[in-house]
Amino acid sequence: MKYLANVATLTLNKDKCTGCGNCAEVCPHAVLEIQDKKAFITDPDRCMECGACQTNCPFEAVGVDKGVGCAAALINSMIYGGEPSCDCSAPQEGKAKSCC
Amino acid sequence: MTTIPLKLKSEAGLLKLNEPAPIWTTGSVATPAGPVYKALTSLSPQDCREHFRCRISAYRDNFIVEPGIYAVGSPDENSEVFASANYKYSFDLLRQSLDGLNGWILVLDTKGINVWCAAGKGSFGTVELIKKISDCKLASIVSHRRIIVPQLGAPGICSYLVTKKTGFKVYYGPVYAKNIPAYLEADRKASPEMRTVQFTIKDRLILTPMEIIPAMKNYPLFALIILLSFGLQPSGIIFRDAFYGGFHFLVLGMLAVVSGAFITPLLLPAIPFRSFAIKGWLAGISTVFAYHKIFAPSIFTSLPLSVVAYIFFPAASSYIALQFTGSTTFTGMSGVKKELKYGIPAYMTAVVISLILLSAYKLMEWRLL
Repeated sequence: MKYLANVATLTLNKDKCTGCGNCAEVCPHAVLEIQDKKAFITDPDRCMECGACQTNCPFEAVGVDKGVGCAAALINSMIYGGEPSCDCSAPQEGKAKSCC
Repeated sequence: MTTIPLKLKSEAGLLKLNEPAPIWTTGSVATPAGPVYKALTSLSPQDCREHFRCRISAYRDNFIVEPGIYAVGSPDENSEVFASANYKYSFDLLRQSLDGLNGWILVLDTKGINVWCAAGKGSFGTVELIKKISDCKLASIVSHRRIIVPQLGAPGICSYLVTKKTGFKVYYGPVYAKNIPAYLEADRKASPEMRTVQFTIKDRLILTPMEIIPAMKNYPLFALIILLSFGLQPSGIIFRDAFYGGFHFLVLGMLAVVSGAFITPLLLPAIPFRSFAIKGWLAGISTVFAYHKIFAPSIFTSLPLSVVAYIFFPAASSYIALQFTGSTTFTGMSGVKKELKYGIPAYMTAVVISLILLSAYKLMEWRLL
């Protein structure tokens, strides 16, 4: 299953990459793999922008606009402000709400 | 097992004398940091009932385990340490997967949220992991310096920073806790299959109750608007008109929930297009069309009402299906943003057109138009 084409913000700077393999290890969709001692992006449309690769890259070679792929979180952040968050059971403005 | 010292430990996860032991524990294990609860590795009928309630209700919102350190089996200083979230469902899946093994479970305070969602938020994160390693005196409990973190915790954990601050090296375990024994047997190496997340029809089916229930929360308001619209006559509210006129719309409203919150998630890969809004709209228009053709209800003899049925209900199904993006394992924020950019104006247009047509129908009914 793949989501929308050509929207993922994943980028890879091959000059900074040392081929340590951290990104390939943490990616839950095998978007990043190591070939010839460098990371490479197999299929950007499989990227769900979780940010695991970026957080675990010691060389700042991987970049992604990390965020939650959740319509309710995005709509809530439009209405109530704040960063869209997965933490949907957290009380917001004194009102306990639950969505997922 | 050991006797409990007469000293109240304040550290999280260590035994507390003034509280009864959780029912999913069986005694305690002595450690240099104090006695810690030993968790059972099998689930009780009560655990299973609680898991079921998490799947169908807001019970999940306060289903927590005290953060801290727990033992499974008979661990010693050489046993592996597994990090987990304090959503009890996550913790239960982990302890169940450790059946027959000896190990330590380090539960982070994720405010009752599961590992993956909490990692996205950052509460299953570098700072919290470092804090728990230090608070629970992990370095005195184990002699090695390894900690196995679930792979889906990686969005929140900067592994090299954890090592730098604590000396513990982060090993990313498999996505699914059930693969932990195989992962350990392979010397802490996860196969590519263990590294990728799935989204099977069974996974999707389990999620549908919590798609249907929130969607149904808006149903009473919808029903009220429909019954008032159909019942409203120059002479007052006529209940007979409200019911006979509104009945089919009430059914179509229910069908929109079913197609958006049940059919779309279930048939997700089979419905054409990648956009959830389009998938939901296709499922929605199919159910309206099927209802029209099979039951041939009277509303389809009125042009404005037919148009409302074909505009409003597929749009409602589409909106409800779009909510499912929050439950999937593969949708990203950029994609959802794009869907909302086009979707929200489309939904608003559908609602406005529907209200105008419904008003036109009423005016025609009252022979004012």
